[in-house]
Amino acid sequence: MLALLLDSLLAVGTFWLAWQTLFAVSLFRGVVSFMVFGLLISLAWIRLQAPDIALAEAAIGTGVTGALLLSALGRLEDTDSPSFRRLPWFSPLFLSTVILLGLMCLSLVLVVLELPTPGLSPVVEAKMPLAGASHPVTAVLLNFRGFDTLLEIAVMLSAVIFIWSLGPAVIPKTPSAQLPGLPALAALLNPVFLLVAAYLLWRGSHAPGGAFPAGAILGAGGILMLLAGRGGWMQRDQHQGLLRLLLVAGLALFLLVALSGVIITGIFFQLSQAWASELIVLIEIGTALSIALMLMAFYLYGEPAS
Amino acid sequence: MTDIYAILAVALTGLALVGLFTAQNLMRRLLALNVLGSAVFMLLVVVARKADSLDPVPHAMVLTGIVVSVSTTAVALALILYAADARTQNSNQRVEHE
Repeated sequence: MLALLLDSLLAVGTFWLAWQTLFAVSLFRGVVSFMVFGLLISLAWIRLQAPDIALAEAAIGTGVTGALLLSALGRLEDTDSPSFRRLPWFSPLFLSTVILLGLMCLSLVLVVLELPTPGLSPVVEAKMPLAGASHPVTAVLLNFRGFDTLLEIAVMLSAVIFIWSLGPAVIPKTPSAQLPGLPALAALLNPVFLLVAAYLLWRGSHAPGGAFPAGAILGAGGILMLLAGRGGWMQRDQHQGLLRLLLVAGLALFLLVALSGVIITGIFFQLSQAWASELIVLIEIGTALSIALMLMAFYLYGEPAS
Repeated sequence: MTDIYAILAVALTGLALVGLFTAQNLMRRLLALNVLGSAVFMLLVVVARKADSLDPVPHAMVLTGIVVSVSTTAVALALILYAADARTQNSNQRVEHE
């Protein structure tokens, strides 16, 4: 009973925050509502027994996306002008579209409630001894469906290349001048960020955690460092090679492992069973580092040192 | 319990679609896209939860999806920022001409 109440409250709150995100008059309010929406949705992930997703959502969906949105908002002009015109409730076109959409949603609800759910867990369960990781999500991510993860890192890297090709990095105006406490806070918190990321990375092979949450938390720490005005090394000429190498490291390591599968077992992406757990840890460290740096690279909105 | 979240996911989908197509501001449209993404993730996780024993494959898909959606958001934001810059430069030049 209490659980049902909690779920309904969470659902109503999430819906209300989504409404605020989309239809609040001020854009700033929309962005902040979106960040709180992300936090509430991570609670929903926990209720749905998906702690891995909750960790990643809290760090990436809320932390990093929120930082990206807020810094973009700071660079745009006149963001407080009412960016939302009142919904045209009385226009026949809008009304008919909304009714159609409502009917569509109703049928979608009926379909979702009736959905057959065989699930793939028996298949995954059966192959777990060969996976090299005892946590099923990590096994699926880095072994069974490793190709998806490889492509995802490639998507992220191409996003970085795309953003950097637009122009030189806009140095974020560091609020550290007005807030002298910020660099001290960043210096104090960075060891904690490192520790948490390392812990999640280590945990990943047997419990919720792994490369994605670890990379996200490292990246969030990195963005805090950029905010505190400690991101100068990314701009220096002599570090450009290292920066690019680290950005590509995750993808390159993953590809190397996949190709070594061709040589050792004859099948692309087949991890050799004897080495599977070591290889998974290796890939996890590489991807976590790359994800963290790519999130920081997003935040620059352009190519550094050019 | 999962039914509540299934209904929430569908409601969010509808809301985000209305937001996506009525938004004038590009940032607002991007926010709508993100909410739509979250709704789809929630549908996937509900499907995973409804299976006889917890299904890890949709979880992995959603983890991948979260990272892809932050990448799209970053690219779209960069484009919005550069478009806004170009627009102000254009209008400045027009003022100088006149």
